[in-house]
Amino acid sequence: MTLIGDVARWFADPAHWQGSHGIPVRVLEHIELSGLAVAVAILIAAPIALYFGHVGRGGFIAINVANIGRALPSLALLAFALPISFALGLGLGFWPTLFALIPLAIPPILTNMFVAIREVDRDVVDAARGMGFKESQILRSVEIPLGLPLMLDGMRTASVNVVATATLGAIVAGGALGRFIVDGLALQEYDQLVAGALLVALLAIVTEVAFAALTRASAPPGMSVSR
Amino acid sequence: MTPGEPLIRWEWVAGHTDELTMRIGEHLELTAIAVLVGLVIAFALAFLAVRLPPLYPPITWTAGILYTIPSLALFALLVPYTGLSLLTAEIGLVSYTLLILIRNIVGGIRSVPSEVRDAALGMGYTPRQILLRIELPLALGVIFAGIRVATITTIGLVTVTALIGQGGLGYLILIGIQQFFSTPLILGASLSVGLAIVVDGVLVLLQRALTPWSRVA
Repeated sequence: MTLIGDVARWFADPAHWQGSHGIPVRVLEHIELSGLAVAVAILIAAPIALYFGHVGRGGFIAINVANIGRALPSLALLAFALPISFALGLGLGFWPTLFALIPLAIPPILTNMFVAIREVDRDVVDAARGMGFKESQILRSVEIPLGLPLMLDGMRTASVNVVATATLGAIVAGGALGRFIVDGLALQEYDQLVAGALLVALLAIVTEVAFAALTRASAPPGMSVSR
Repeated sequence: MTPGEPLIRWEWVAGHTDELTMRIGEHLELTAIAVLVGLVIAFALAFLAVRLPPLYPPITWTAGILYTIPSLALFALLVPYTGLSLLTAEIGLVSYTLLILIRNIVGGIRSVPSEVRDAALGMGYTPRQILLRIELPLALGVIFAGIRVATITTIGLVTVTALIGQGGLGYLILIGIQQFFSTPLILGASLSVGLAIVVDGVLVLLQRALTPWSRVA
């Protein structure tokens, strides 16, 4: 298979590992963009989810947000983000991609956080209340630790999705790993195309595996995480 | 997006109704093929997994890997072999439906209470009859939930196939991005979201029609 040889040669070429268009820079751009999008999404989703989860209201919001999130296609989000970015004078590239990724990441994070808090055994919460815990202490010391595995599960879904979608940023002249794919397609350079695809796929799988490990490690002693 | 350009030029929309209808049709066609082929493969693998339970983990594991690979990457990996074709788009789209469908079909069948199965067995049903007449109808609710998620996800993913020369409404989005013209951009994106909502509604109605007993509870 000559393509496999071509791809191997592409990876072996030192020129592809150097400078602002090199693999390390593109990987870092990809991680930076994805990490920032997930972080902003957590900052937006957490207060809402923790509040409603703790007081135990707004379940319909959680379910509807999850459904709406599923109906929002990634390319459509990018399409909506582009005029917004232009209106704000931020142009092409990084910003419209970030604006597209944040709403993509919010639904799974919000829904899982809400459910994670809600699902904590009410007897445990009542026991903590009976022991004189304040509401904020209950949230911080009981509900969040017990709900952590489920919360991380939502962040995992969001992160894998964001890593996958950050690839599309290259369509609006962004950097990151999508560059190799979009350029490879445009120039019909299949070695670059396949190499870029492999890198993105690898990054997505690494993200998935890392979060799975984190989820298992986050479970408080005595609690088993099934997955 | 040049300054002063309105987000949507309605006269462009009025002049392109034929193209819009065509793109919507294309979008639905790409989605329908993917979900139907996905269902056939998922049912085959799910039945296999129900018959031979040790096969279930490797099947979901493989489907899980396919699901994790970003769509654009999967399309890109296929292009050198199958070109910028409908086949490339469909292989990718079908791959993404498998995990959700297999999980829900197997989960639905397994959720049938064992007493029900035993009763059927006692009444002389063969394993095949139990599967087709007892387990599948009872699992239909869960299976339909999977079909809804798979279909909505596919409608979204179809837009990405514009990059490999397919795309339905995604084509409008791509044209909008390339020409800095917000009208097709916004229109393509809105219509694909609208399409997902409408199709989901149709599936809910279809499910109600197919499982009349679920309303009597």
